[in-house]
Amino acid sequence: MATTPNQNSFSKGTDLAVIILYFAMIAIGILCIFMVEYNPSGNWSSSLIAGKNSYSKQIYFAIFCSFIGIFILLLDSKVFTALANILYGAGILLMLATFVIGKNINGSNSWIPIAGGFNLQPAELCKIFTALVLAKFISKPETDFTKLKSQLIAVGMIALPAILSIMQHELGLALVYSAFIFAMYREGLPPLILVVALSFAILVIATLLVEPTVLAMIITAVSVLFILSMIKRFKRNKIKILVVFSIWSICFGTVKYAVPYMFNNVFECYQSTRIYSMVGKEYDCSQNVKSAATAGKKKGKKPDDYNVKQSKIAIGSGGFWGRGFLKGTQTRGKYVPEQNTDFIFTSLGEAFGFVGTFTFVCLYLFFLFRLIRIAERQRSTFSRVYAYSVVGVFFFHIAVNISMTIGLFPVVGIPLPLISYGGSSLLTFTVLVFILLRLDADRQMVIR
Amino acid sequence: MALYNSNRGGIIQMIIGIVITIIIGQLISLQIFSNKYKLAADNNAIFRRIIYPDRGIIYDRKKRALLENTISYDLVVIPNEARGVDTAALCGILKIDKEEYNKRMVEVIVKNTRVKVGVFEPFLSPELYAQLTENLYRFPGFSLSERSIRNYPYNTAAHVLGYVAEVDVNFLQKHDTDGYEMGDYAGMTGLEKQYENVLMGQRGVKRFLRDNKGKIQGAFEKGQFDTLAVAGKNLYTSMDVEVQQLAEKLLQNKIGSAVVLNSKTGGVIAMASSPGYNPNLLAGNQRRKTIGSLLTDTARPIYNRAIKGQYPPGSTFKPLGALIALDEGLITPSYGFNCFGSYNNCGDPRKCTHAGAGHAANLQVALANSCNSYFLQVFRMAIDNPKYGNAKNGYLKWKEYMNSFGLGRKLGIDLPSENKANIPDTAAYNKDFGNPTTWNSCYMLTLGIGQDRMTATPLQLANSMALIANDGYYYTPHFVDSIEEEDREDKIELAKFRTKQGVTNISSDIFKVIKEGMHDVTVYGTAASVKLPGHEYCAKTGTAQNPHGENHSIFVCFAPKDNPRVAVAVVVENAGYGATWAGPISTLLMEKYLNDTLTAESEKKAEDLAKVDLMPQSIKDWYVKNKTIRLSPIEEYKNDELGEVWDMEMVSDYKPKPKVIDTIKKGIDTAENKSGDRKPVTNTIKKDSAALIQKKKKKITRPKNGNNT
Repeated sequence: MATTPNQNSFSKGTDLAVIILYFAMIAIGILCIFMVEYNPSGNWSSSLIAGKNSYSKQIYFAIFCSFIGIFILLLDSKVFTALANILYGAGILLMLATFVIGKNINGSNSWIPIAGGFNLQPAELCKIFTALVLAKFISKPETDFTKLKSQLIAVGMIALPAILSIMQHELGLALVYSAFIFAMYREGLPPLILVVALSFAILVIATLLVEPTVLAMIITAVSVLFILSMIKRFKRNKIKILVVFSIWSICFGTVKYAVPYMFNNVFECYQSTRIYSMVGKEYDCSQNVKSAATAGKKKGKKPDDYNVKQSKIAIGSGGFWGRGFLKGTQTRGKYVPEQNTDFIFTSLGEAFGFVGTFTFVCLYLFFLFRLIRIAERQRSTFSRVYAYSVVGVFFFHIAVNISMTIGLFPVVGIPLPLISYGGSSLLTFTVLVFILLRLDADRQMVIR
Repeated sequence: MALYNSNRGGIIQMIIGIVITIIIGQLISLQIFSNKYKLAADNNAIFRRIIYPDRGIIYDRKKRALLENTISYDLVVIPNEARGVDTAALCGILKIDKEEYNKRMVEVIVKNTRVKVGVFEPFLSPELYAQLTENLYRFPGFSLSERSIRNYPYNTAAHVLGYVAEVDVNFLQKHDTDGYEMGDYAGMTGLEKQYENVLMGQRGVKRFLRDNKGKIQGAFEKGQFDTLAVAGKNLYTSMDVEVQQLAEKLLQNKIGSAVVLNSKTGGVIAMASSPGYNPNLLAGNQRRKTIGSLLTDTARPIYNRAIKGQYPPGSTFKPLGALIALDEGLITPSYGFNCFGSYNNCGDPRKCTHAGAGHAANLQVALANSCNSYFLQVFRMAIDNPKYGNAKNGYLKWKEYMNSFGLGRKLGIDLPSENKANIPDTAAYNKDFGNPTTWNSCYMLTLGIGQDRMTATPLQLANSMALIANDGYYYTPHFVDSIEEEDREDKIELAKFRTKQGVTNISSDIFKVIKEGMHDVTVYGTAASVKLPGHEYCAKTGTAQNPHGENHSIFVCFAPKDNPRVAVAVVVENAGYGATWAGPISTLLMEKYLNDTLTAESEKKAEDLAKVDLMPQSIKDWYVKNKTIRLSPIEEYKNDELGEVWDMEMVSDYKPKPKVIDTIKKGIDTAENKSGDRKPVTNTIKKDSAALIQKKKKKITRPKNGNNT
């Protein structure tokens, strides 16, 4: 085979399964967008060429992204380690720039307009840069990730763009940064943190479900009983009592003060309402400090759980076999808001039913497991950390997006990877995947 | 280094696996185990438009349409789309003000929500329709919708046909499984109500796809789930328009009722109740204007007296009383009774109009002379029949006969809210007379001559004539002979009208005697002056005393004598003798039916009769008084309950009279064969009864009865 070294390195070691899955996802995505946009009275083939519809735009995005992908595969894998810090810094600067030149799209100032009517969301790109910079930091020989100090530095790197996102009113994007916990955990973050995080999450959910005062009393009672039952052992070791006491006080504080404070003072009214509606409760917006300022304004027409309701109806009405391609009435009647982007899963669920959604979710599962397998076969820490970051980001997006469409998670605006309409998100995920593929192709090398 | 922590990859895989499993679990629960989402989606997106079929037509026996459908237009609106309406112009056309416009809009929204079509102004006049079509472009959201309304070319039979009206909340609750919706029209009374499901037809449904803004996007699934509207089926009745019109004409200016039955089939040829109303008054936009005054009218024009009016049958009951005794074998046609002007076997004498010896020498003669004593005696024999041990059991048996004759029970005619009138229960007498062992036939003696607490509707009276005409059987009276393209359900519905109701075991020889007696009534008896040109006929007059005023004039008859084809009952309230007013009306109706035309002489008689004004003074006074008072129409009433409301009134009207006084007052059947001026006679009766009351007040104070007097 007469091939140039360049071509050789391009095809050699690139994981074919991931590439196939990647294009399959994009094809499914375009199909879903087509279902949403389809109008029986219009001529879809002519509008496809004209590029006026979302699905035709998405096709152009996909073609563009393929070129980007090929371009990334042609790069030297050392480029990524070399540029990680610079890119991260540039990303943060771009995010800061949005506060000055940001364009308001859907109530968030996180967009920067670029040529041709397209807009760029730096927070999206920052996910890539954060993944790179985290990988670079952890893979540095002088970093000992078992030490608390380096763990804190890593958390700080992640937290910075997250905080900036919150300031841009992009709660969803900010939450995505928590996905890096996978990578950090893999590299030695004590498992206790996962346990504590999980317990804390349960505590918060319990606070929503049970009256805070009642819950506080339950917690107190449990602590007292615990101390009484272990009283002999505690006599020997006084510090343990202190530990129990501090856990109790944290729990108590969370339940009684922190959570109500979060809902009333930090979250916007609509966010609190969404979260409360997840557990089937109604949030009283008059308690909310932020809404108090805008109290005089007239209320929105549709109830806050309208989206989720319609989305559940759409998916539920699909039944086992689905209503058929282009036959979903929820989709045709445009009952689900944001169905192109955040709620794209509904068009799939309605048209192809459980068979469709199950197959689709399994496809994603296979994709994630494939990525983990790739991650584990890396020789260099940089590649592994980066790979786990990709796994985390993908997993977080998939889990949260699908969960919110089926009513398992509050509505936060994050897209379904590779499926949702939108150039920014498609580009981000493409870059994430192809950098990983590029690193994987050099998995025998140790990259620093 | 790579191996370090490598087990954590597995844990991460596990976490991912668990989360995905939870998601799949929720998908299973959403997509497989709950079907409410499918419904919710359909409710969201599928807009069902109901296509109304034409209602069925009702024909008379000669296939003349008693009612038809005509097209009317409604101005309808979808509130959500009514933006930028030139309200001033619209209000100008409809002649309403801005306030009324807003009020109606709110009403439409309350009734049908913002996104559905609601009626803004129903039943547009042709001029209004023309004006609106021209200007419709100025009123976005408004449109004109076609609807078919009833039209009555013969202006007749309002009570029988009933009317169609918009359903109300009450109706919807009662018929919640029948698929009615707000704004639908349904039969509310009469045949329209009784045969609603036949006349209504089958509504078609067109399904459209609707988007989240309520806009129609086109047919759902290319219309493959749409159903076509099936027109309502026509009803073919036994009615005769001309007889019906004649009956209504003859009852003009009177209060009363006439029922003409085809005795061979039980089919109703005519049923009139007076005062009546023109059915066109309750169709379309006329209804709003007229319903109020019709409802408040003291003469109660909406009330169908033919099936709801309860009248003491008086002497017209006598043939039936005889039938019981004959069937039980207590008497034979040759049985005679010595009457010398009064019946004395029960203590106080009961007057009879005849005193001459032999006027009750046998059944036939007694019938012709309408001898009170004879039939009181026959009644007592039936009650005190030794076969049944005591008077109570005898009475129960007698009541059983009454019920089988169709008295004291609903006949089952195909009209809603028929009244069963009254054959008193033993309970009523127990209450008055105490222990049944102390009962005897004297207590309710005047039942034997159709008084006491006995009441019957004109329909029941006509039916009892059909029973005699047929020698002991009848067909349940009905209007509908057949339904167009009868299906199994319709056949079941009509089967009860096609089965013979047998009642007695009496041979036709004995019936012949009764018929001869009733024929004699028309030859030399109480109805000798009333002739039926071209036919021999049998009849019985009745002059029923009633607690509310002057006697009711009652006449029952059938003809021709030898092969009866028609049975008639006519009641004219507070008009005096049976033969004077009800008699000629009856024979004219029979003549019209049997001969299909009236002789010149009869024609003149009919004209004269129609002009006679027998309205009670109190009602006339009411009209005079209320001419000055402008009636405000009653807005809130319930279509569905209209019939029942009237029934309740009638019952309460009947009840409050204390029992004993009634019995005493009804002690006499009046002198019926004296024709001529009725006033003086009535006075004597009043005097008589007044005297009787005075006398009886002291004497007839039986145990537990003291409170009543």
